[in-house]
Amino acid sequence: MQHKILLTINGEQYENFVSSERTLLDFLRDDLGITGSKKGCDEGECGACTVLVDGIAVDSCLMLAVEADGCELLTVEGLNKSELDPLQKAFIEHGAIQCGYCTPGMLLSAKALLLEKNDPTDDEIKEAIAGNLCRCTGYLSIIDAIRSVAKGGG
Amino acid sequence: MKNFLYGRASSTRAAVDFLSNRKNAFFLAGGTNLLDHLKLGVEYAEVLLDIEDLPERELTDLEEGGLRLGALALNSEVAADARVKSNFPMLAEAILSGASPQLRNMATIGGNLLQRTRCSFFRDIHAPCNKRNPGSGCAALEGAHRNHAILGTSEDCFATHPSDMDVALAALDAVLVIRGVTGERRLPLESFYLLPGDTPWRETALAHGEMITAVELPPPFFVHSIYLKVRERASFEFALAAAAVALEVREGMILAARVALGGVGTVPWRAREAERLLVGAFATPEAFEVAAEAELAAALPHRDNFFKVELARRTLVRALSEVAEKWGGFE
Repeated sequence: MQHKILLTINGEQYENFVSSERTLLDFLRDDLGITGSKKGCDEGECGACTVLVDGIAVDSCLMLAVEADGCELLTVEGLNKSELDPLQKAFIEHGAIQCGYCTPGMLLSAKALLLEKNDPTDDEIKEAIAGNLCRCTGYLSIIDAIRSVAKGGG
Repeated sequence: MKNFLYGRASSTRAAVDFLSNRKNAFFLAGGTNLLDHLKLGVEYAEVLLDIEDLPERELTDLEEGGLRLGALALNSEVAADARVKSNFPMLAEAILSGASPQLRNMATIGGNLLQRTRCSFFRDIHAPCNKRNPGSGCAALEGAHRNHAILGTSEDCFATHPSDMDVALAALDAVLVIRGVTGERRLPLESFYLLPGDTPWRETALAHGEMITAVELPPPFFVHSIYLKVRERASFEFALAAAAVALEVREGMILAARVALGGVGTVPWRAREAERLLVGAFATPEAFEVAAEAELAAALPHRDNFFKVELARRTLVRALSEVAEKWGGFE
């Protein structure tokens, strides 16, 4: 069963047909070629697929594309329109990246936090990225990076 | 995921009428559990009826400080609500102790109530499982069952109920508002969940086509409460043991007690025996030990989860002690 959906992704309008069972993640990656959002577990455990839907962080692997009809999405591609987002710069400066697979999701969970609170505590930073697994960094450099942006005013 | 039809419901009544007449049809709300199960093959759907446009999302004041939670309210919305935080803090604590920010942003109250077990054999369609495939046996008896339940178990199933929120709701005497084709009914949460017995595939009193539309919280009698969760890491992990405790203490005596346990039951476990022993007793460490001991006397651990009996006992004693501290400490 095909559905016509109309949505905004990183500021651009998209009108597409999707089948009922298409997840938002597969729609982004395989139908649109917007591959910044990663597929790790595909069951809501790893957070590599995190995107912002109307400003809220969700796991795009557990959402149907058809459910995003009418929504405004932000993926990692939307963070750097002309230059890198302060979070992206901070991740580079703090060496908060090794393999990079978790990074898009980490950035968007951090973005969602900073949209809500511009001066979060360390506990709030840790809680904000609790749904994003990183097997490389041990998290400390990621927390440092997010904190540095928060203190710089986001 | 296999193909299914997808539609959006425009009214609660129409949604209930539609689903009641169809097999292999589900309401879709947050989808965090259902879509996972469809991918795994644990569930099979021909139709998903998206109910997220329905108006059941508000939090509404009830008389004398009670609160009605629309079933489509998001877990994150409920945990952040000022009335929930001030009048039912254990509910906010329980919700925030569960899952991840992304999942709490997607999952609804109604969906959380219908959350299914994380038993790895239930989730593995190639394993025997009496819950998923009646009569096929229980692979957890011989297999990994360290996280399985010790209360409310049966020979056929001892899978743990995974929710934190539902444990707090059990202690809060929550009442579910359920809409069916013949109208609306109200059911205490305690009657909603069914013990596995010899029909472990029947988990709730919800009939096919019925929809949970709201959860009603009676006025809080207590001033102090806690949701204490013990787990293997500090976030994004299911409970090994959890205790939801609310006490009313006057001059050292416990006048009222609401206690529920999580992570150890096949259903959110209302600890009636502990409550019975607590009410009228003085708030002392000894009284808490006696109550916790009595509640867990019925525990039936298996090979690898004996530790849960002691862990649940200690978790409950600690939760009771921490609430007593808030009342000004022990006698």
